[in-house]
Amino acid sequence: MSKSHLELTNVQMAFDTKDGPFVALENVDLKIRKGEFLSLIGHSGCGKSTVLNIVAGLLQATRGGCVLDGHEVNTPGPERAVVFQNHSLMPWLTVYENVELAVQQVFKKSMSKKERREWILHNLKLVNMDHALDKRLGEISGGMAQRVGIARALAMKPSVLLMDEPFGALDALTRAHLQDSLMKIQQDLNSTVIMITHDVDEAVLLSDRIVMMTNGPAATIGEELHIDLPRPRNRVTLADHPEYVRYRQAVLSFLYEKQRFPGKEENEQEKQTADAEVPVQEDNSPEVVNKSEESPVRRIA
Amino acid sequence: MTTLSHTDSLSQGQRWLRALTEKLSGRSLAETGRQLLLPTIGIALFLGFWHLAAPQVQTSLGAFPGPAQVLEQTGQLWQEHSNQRDRAAQFVTMQEQRNERILAENPDAEVKIRDYPGAPTFIDQIFTSLGTVLAGFVLATIIAVPLGIIIGLNRHFSAAVNPLIQIFKPVSPLAWLPLVTMVVSATYVSDDPMFEKSFLTSMITVTLCSLWPTLINTSVGVSAVNPDLLNVSKVLRLSFWTHVRKVVLPSSVPMIFTGLRVSLGIAWMVLIAAEMLAQSPGLGKFVWDEFQNGSSESLSRIMVAVLAIGFIGFLLDRIMLVIQKKVAWNE
Ligand SMILES: Nc1ncnc2c1ncn2[C@@H]1O[C@H](COP(=O)(O)OP(=O)(O)OP(=O)(O)O)[C@@H](O)[C@H]1O
Ligand SMILES: [Mg+2]
Repeated sequence: MSKSHLELTNVQMAFDTKDGPFVALENVDLKIRKGEFLSLIGHSGCGKSTVLNIVAGLLQATRGGCVLDGHEVNTPGPERAVVFQNHSLMPWLTVYENVELAVQQVFKKSMSKKERREWILHNLKLVNMDHALDKRLGEISGGMAQRVGIARALAMKPSVLLMDEPFGALDALTRAHLQDSLMKIQQDLNSTVIMITHDVDEAVLLSDRIVMMTNGPAATIGEELHIDLPRPRNRVTLADHPEYVRYRQAVLSFLYEKQRFPGKEENEQEKQTADAEVPVQEDNSPEVVNKSEESPVRRIA
Repeated sequence: MTTLSHTDSLSQGQRWLRALTEKLSGRSLAETGRQLLLPTIGIALFLGFWHLAAPQVQTSLGAFPGPAQVLEQTGQLWQEHSNQRDRAAQFVTMQEQRNERILAENPDAEVKIRDYPGAPTFIDQIFTSLGTVLAGFVLATIIAVPLGIIIGLNRHFSAAVNPLIQIFKPVSPLAWLPLVTMVVSATYVSDDPMFEKSFLTSMITVTLCSLWPTLINTSVGVSAVNPDLLNVSKVLRLSFWTHVRKVVLPSSVPMIFTGLRVSLGIAWMVLIAAEMLAQSPGLGKFVWDEFQNGSSESLSRIMVAVLAIGFIGFLLDRIMLVIQKKVAWNE
């Protein structure tokens, strides 16, 4: 495709704080194809949520901007649905009503009452939450709440799905299950997804491209990694795929060697940021292998 | 702005009531007994102390009444009430009989039945007070909740009215009363008044003093809606009204109710003072009349009123709590 679906150009984000402006993002450039699954990975506090919020329209970049299908993004809207870092369900509504609130708003005119009901149930079924329709937030687990948040976002039929660590709060089993569902849903709908994650295996398994961010302040995109693994992907067979192992090591090496200590002295950080521009090489340090053994995907596999 | 929480002072009563309800819902009797034991001991000790201490306090109207005298006067007041009722009923029957006679002689005659002119009893005064307090409280709620929502939603408006709220909030009902009385006398002129002026004066004073907790709690509740939920609302592009109805209001209901309960407590306290001072009918006037009366029974009768006031205040709060449990999602 010649023209990109979603494009961030030269984005800078400075927050007003009481010690003057704090530049969280600087020179963020990103072009995303329609139907692409993109993961954002980086250390805590580097500015991943900020990027996502700019695409969502919840934050206004202080310089540069975001264009979706030729239109500049400056307000939030349901065509860019968000799965928030912490489910963000209305605690006074039931599981069903939470999804209903979104469906009613987005398909008020285009769907009949019966169609809406079926659509809500369909989406809750996708995340396996159709057994708890009348439960409230206080009565379901964190993982269940996160699933409802995903169902709510999917139910908006967004052209871009923005997910902020959607599986962060889940146990390994549920997480694996939802990752598989998400892969299938995304393939069926060919939706564009930007997902923030801390989990290297998750990023490699799900993504077409992994965008690695440098540490803040003034964080930017350090490296991009195209994942050319065949789809549909299977976590079990993939675990021993030589390419898969190589991709994981590339990400791990970026995170734990080039961007190791977030918030260390300025000098060193600048040097590291500069290093990050250098392309990835094979890296087999024992430390890296150790870390990877702790990953949940590995345990499931 | 400060938030008001009423829960601490209530915990004892709450536990006591929960003990009662749990008994009904089939908890083990032993458990219930244990939960009721301490409150019972507390009340018994208090009564004992009161009984012993009261005769030691000599006043110009005799010794301070002990529990026995107060109990006796409670019966007495009830007796007076039922006597009054009987007489009123008789009064009406007499009129009806007379009217029948008149109608028998002249079918076109105009007949009417007058109300019994006797003085209101203690029980009548209780109901008058309850009516006034509810009217004042409802008016306060109607003003405070919408205003609180506007203040909570709009930072500029909030900054503009916050100093006013802070200044008017601590004003005592006694200070408002003369002003309210004069304004009501001057503005509420009607040949066939729907309300008594004294009723209006007490009610407006109650409103003025009791709307602040609800106002403040509503505005704090509204401005403290979880920012993530506000983001959800933005992503969904909810209209202003849907946003208020579906997100802001439900989210602040718990805070609003905490405010309402404090407001109702204040309303009840203020009302008694207003009635005493304004000589408007109600429990406050009963207390004042007994005080002026100065008979040997007056102190006991005032003590009955004191206990009744406390008990009704407690009851009002329980009712609010029951409503809160029905309405609020976090209960
Ligand atoms: N509203 C704000 N005002 C001031 N600073 C902010 C604001 N929002 C974010 N920041 C700062 O911007 C930086 C990036 O924050 P952001 O939430 O995007 O990080 P993140 O990568 O999502 O972190 P995490 O992985 O922990 O969620 C942080 O240093 C944070 O302190
Ligand atoms: Mg974040």
